[in-house]
Amino acid sequence: MTNKILDVLAGIRPEFDFSASSDYIADGMLDSIDVITLVSDLDKEFSICIEGVDILPENFRNLDAIRELLRKYGADK
Amino acid sequence: MNLVFGQRRIEGLLAVLPSNERRFIDEMEQFDFPIERSIKLKEMMGYDKHRIVDGPVCVSDLAVRGFEHLFTSGTLQKDDIDALVLVTQSPDYFMPPTSSVIQGRLGLKHDMFCMDINQGCAGFLIGLIQAFMLLDQPAIRKVALVNADVLSRKASSRDRNSYPLIGDAASITIVGRSQDATPIHANLKMDGTRRDALIIPAGGFREPSGPATCIREADAEGNLRARDDLVMNGSAVFNFVQVEVPPMIAALLETAQVDKDAVDAFVFHQPNRFMLQKLADKMKVPYEKMPSNIVEHFGNSSGVTIPLALAFNLRDRILGGTLTAVLGGFGVGLTWSSMLLRLGPLDFCEMIEYP
Repeated sequence: MTNKILDVLAGIRPEFDFSASSDYIADGMLDSIDVITLVSDLDKEFSICIEGVDILPENFRNLDAIRELLRKYGADK
Repeated sequence: MNLVFGQRRIEGLLAVLPSNERRFIDEMEQFDFPIERSIKLKEMMGYDKHRIVDGPVCVSDLAVRGFEHLFTSGTLQKDDIDALVLVTQSPDYFMPPTSSVIQGRLGLKHDMFCMDINQGCAGFLIGLIQAFMLLDQPAIRKVALVNADVLSRKASSRDRNSYPLIGDAASITIVGRSQDATPIHANLKMDGTRRDALIIPAGGFREPSGPATCIREADAEGNLRARDDLVMNGSAVFNFVQVEVPPMIAALLETAQVDKDAVDAFVFHQPNRFMLQKLADKMKVPYEKMPSNIVEHFGNSSGVTIPLALAFNLRDRILGGTLTAVLGGFGVGLTWSSMLLRLGPLDFCEMIEYP
C-alpha cells in the first residue's frame, strides 16, 4: 500500500520526496487543490470512494494519516 | 428551521448570460502554477469555459436586459409585477438599493415593493422563500425574483482558487399563486461564526477601500489577491458542504414524507463538478439526477446557478410537464437551504445573452 501511495503522490507533485516528510501540508508539498487531486487519484487507484467529510488536510498530512484513512475504506483488504 | 408554503408556483424563469466567454486553457498562464497542474485541475473540477462581463457591466444591466426581453416578447406585463426581490452580493451602489435602480430604469409602477437581499450561493432559495412570504399579502399577486452577480469584477485574475470558476449572470424567476399547487417544503440554516470562509475583506465600512487594500499579495498557495478581492477558503467551504448538505436533504425529505427515489432531480448550487459528485456519492443519488455541468459551461454565478441549471438541463421537462425537484443552495454566511417542490409546466424557460 505504501508504495502505491507514494506513486500517487509523486504523480501529483513529482518534484518532492514524500517519504522524507512527516507533514506534507506544513512543508508546502500539498496545497488544498492537491488534496482534492489526491482524493480523486486514491479513489481510482484503490477502487474506493473517500467521502467528502473526510477530505480534510489532517487526513492527508503524511503517509501514516493516508494509510489510516485508506484502511477505513477497506483499501488494505 | 423548517418552512412550508401552500398555493405557490414558479411560473417561469429566464437566465441572462454575458456573451463574453473565456476559456480556462487561455487563462492558465496567468496563475503561478505549472500548466500540468492546471490541466489536472481542469479535468477534475470541470473548469472549461466561463461567462464573465466585459467591462464595467453591473447587475442592473443584466437584469434590465432580461426584463426588457420578457416585456417585448409579451411574456410578462410590466404592471403585473407587484414586488421585485433582488438577491446579489455585487450591487450597483451601496445606496440606493439596486432593486430600485432596476425599477426606475424599467419604468415600473410605483405601487410595488422593491428589496435587495445580500446573499450568495443559497440566494435562489432565500429569494424564493422571501417571494413566497410576500405572496401572503393579497395586494401582491406576482413577484419577480432577480438573482444576479458580477463577482468576476471582485475576483483576482491571479487567484487560481476562485477566478477560473467565477461566472457572471442574472436570472429572473416569476413567482405567483396557484390554487392547485402542492405544498412546498423548505429548510434553512445559517452560521455566522463561519462568515470568514467566503468574504471580500475590504470595501465596506469595516475596512474601506484605499491604496493598501488594492495591493495584491501572495497567499500560502501562491494565489495573488488583494483585500478588495473575493477570498474563498476552499477547504473550509468544501468540508462545510459535505458535512451539512446531506443531512439537510435527508431532513427535508423526512419532513415532507417523500422518498428519495420519488425525486426526479436534485438541482443544487454549482460550485464545481468534484464537490457535487462527492455529494451525490454520499447521498446515493445517481449522477444523472444531479446536474453538475454548469461550472464547465458558464462558471459559478452564485445564486443564479440553480435557475441556470434548470434552464440548461431540464428546460423541456419543466416546460412541457412536471417533475419533483429538490433544490439545494449553500454558501456565504454561511447559509444552507433546501426546498422540495413540484416544478412545471412553466409558462416560459429561456436563456439569453447580454448585451
